[in-house]
Amino acid sequence: MKVLVSVKRVVDYNVRIQVKGDGSGVNLDGVKMSMNPFDEIAMEEAVRLKEAGTAEEVIAVTIGGDKAEEQLRSALAFGADRAIHVKVNEEVSPLTAARILKAVFEKEQPGLFLMGKQAIDDDNNQTGQMTSALLGIPQATFAGELKIDGNKATVVREVDAGLETIEVDLPAVVTADLRLNEPRYLKLPDIMKAKRKPVETVSMADLGVEAAPGLTVTKTSPPPARAAGIKVKTVDELVAALKDKGLV
Amino acid sequence: MPAASPYYTPEHESFRDQVRRFVSEEIAPNIDAWDEANTFPREFYKQAAEVGILGIGYPEQYGGVEVPDRFYGLIMVEELSRAGSGGIMASLFSHGISIPPILAVGSEEQKQRFVAPVLAGERISALAVTEPSGGSDVANLKTTARLEDDHYVVNGSKTFITSGMRADQYTVAVRTGEAGMGGVSILVIEADTPGFSRTPLKKMGWWCSDTATLYFDNCKVPAGNLIGPENMGFISIMRNFNDERIALAAQAHGLAQCAIDEATEWARERVTFGKPLIKNQVIRHKLVDMQMRTNAVKAYLEQLVYRVDQGESPIAELCMLKNLATSNCEYVAGEAVQILGGAGYMRGAKSERIFRETKVLSIGGGASEIMKDLASRQMGH
Repeated sequence: MKVLVSVKRVVDYNVRIQVKGDGSGVNLDGVKMSMNPFDEIAMEEAVRLKEAGTAEEVIAVTIGGDKAEEQLRSALAFGADRAIHVKVNEEVSPLTAARILKAVFEKEQPGLFLMGKQAIDDDNNQTGQMTSALLGIPQATFAGELKIDGNKATVVREVDAGLETIEVDLPAVVTADLRLNEPRYLKLPDIMKAKRKPVETVSMADLGVEAAPGLTVTKTSPPPARAAGIKVKTVDELVAALKDKGLV
Repeated sequence: MPAASPYYTPEHESFRDQVRRFVSEEIAPNIDAWDEANTFPREFYKQAAEVGILGIGYPEQYGGVEVPDRFYGLIMVEELSRAGSGGIMASLFSHGISIPPILAVGSEEQKQRFVAPVLAGERISALAVTEPSGGSDVANLKTTARLEDDHYVVNGSKTFITSGMRADQYTVAVRTGEAGMGGVSILVIEADTPGFSRTPLKKMGWWCSDTATLYFDNCKVPAGNLIGPENMGFISIMRNFNDERIALAAQAHGLAQCAIDEATEWARERVTFGKPLIKNQVIRHKLVDMQMRTNAVKAYLEQLVYRVDQGESPIAELCMLKNLATSNCEYVAGEAVQILGGAGYMRGAKSERIFRETKVLSIGGGASEIMKDLASRQMGH
């Protein structure tokens, strides 16, 4: 089985995000970028499938500018056999990403498409679902556990009410949640080897994909600053304060 | 994202990310407890070996991870420093000074026996050169080894030995010949050798690292444990020093940056007289001075790592680098504790520990005064 994994270059989770003064986006100058943490989990899962003999080949794909190759190299260091870089310099909406990933999927014909449940930059949580819909294949989102048996996958999903176990036919799109696994530490020899693994570069035109219209970001603003709290002396005072604010 | 640099590639940065994660997940949450317990779990050597940091820079055939340049080692030390503990580095990497002589002049059989298990984290290795009667004066060491049939009979003692209590093997400098540097040999002495004993030493810092005095009382060591030719040990020991000085300077730089980071964060959050500490010009100026001097250390460090990597042996400069880096660390640690105030005097603050641990960096691997003398001689004064 081939496993396709999509990875995204995002602002590192440790970075304190700063919104640009004119509200046109967040400041990315000199900011540390990393692979989306949920995609790391998806990569780890794919590599474990390969190590277990369930998968024969792991292919990583990313959509982004020149520098997104760094994240592809990390994916190759994880253990992907090869990578596809869909070079796009503009912002990509979830639907555009899904269209691109659909085209890559059709080209590669994997048995399983793994990706993070969402990217930590925009937190849209849409690309996996849209990709599966466009492809007309099953989806299993928020995976906390994944078992492959022949052409079926059993997925334990982390849902609001608790855990839900579903079975899907393969190929399917599975999106990784936080507890699916704990990604390994990349070893230096693997980081070195990743440098020599093949990366194929394609454009949206090569894939015959057009950007999806319909989504425009009009303004980016920081969350409102938290107002100072108040101290209460008694439970009665607490209840009164909560009632006053209409919270109980 | 790092600024453009002639020294670092994306692979370096990727490696840095991994070491940083390892340090923040495996060392930082435990280091206070390890320090208070005066030890850290032996299994941690294995863990460090498994993620591939124990063997950085050593040959693959003995389980090492070969690297194309010394910047990988530099990155490793700097990232390990972010936990704010010199002690964990001192013990975890005590093989960094004790196995290079074996690799340099040992036989294949000795490398398999004394290097491979160490890089796998299965055995702990320590270097034993300093004696109660003297440290840097290697040429005048007094511990003797007398060949009798197929054994050396070793008598004497060694002190201030890092990893001294837990090591399974010691790379020991002994006198086999005449007085002076021409009579020094290297023996690997295993901890279970009859006639060997050790006692622990308590220290100002480096609490989680074990340090010991070693005693050799008619200690019978197999002649096959002689590393390299007899009476040729002096040069192997001295050869160690360039890399050891770089490593100590890297540690001093990493710890200084760690103290600056802690002091900056504290100054931002600590509110006094109605405003954050950092709103006081005197604090901001302190932080700028600390960073300015530390940046200079970093620049000098990187330049010398590059030059050594190119095959140079700039001994005088390495001595000056060690002094610059360690004196800067002392200065920065003092200022950081000052900024943290009472909190900086309490255990649990990184700056508190660094303040106690910076002193050993100005003493170990050649005291500042020895460094100056050596630099001065090299410069032809």
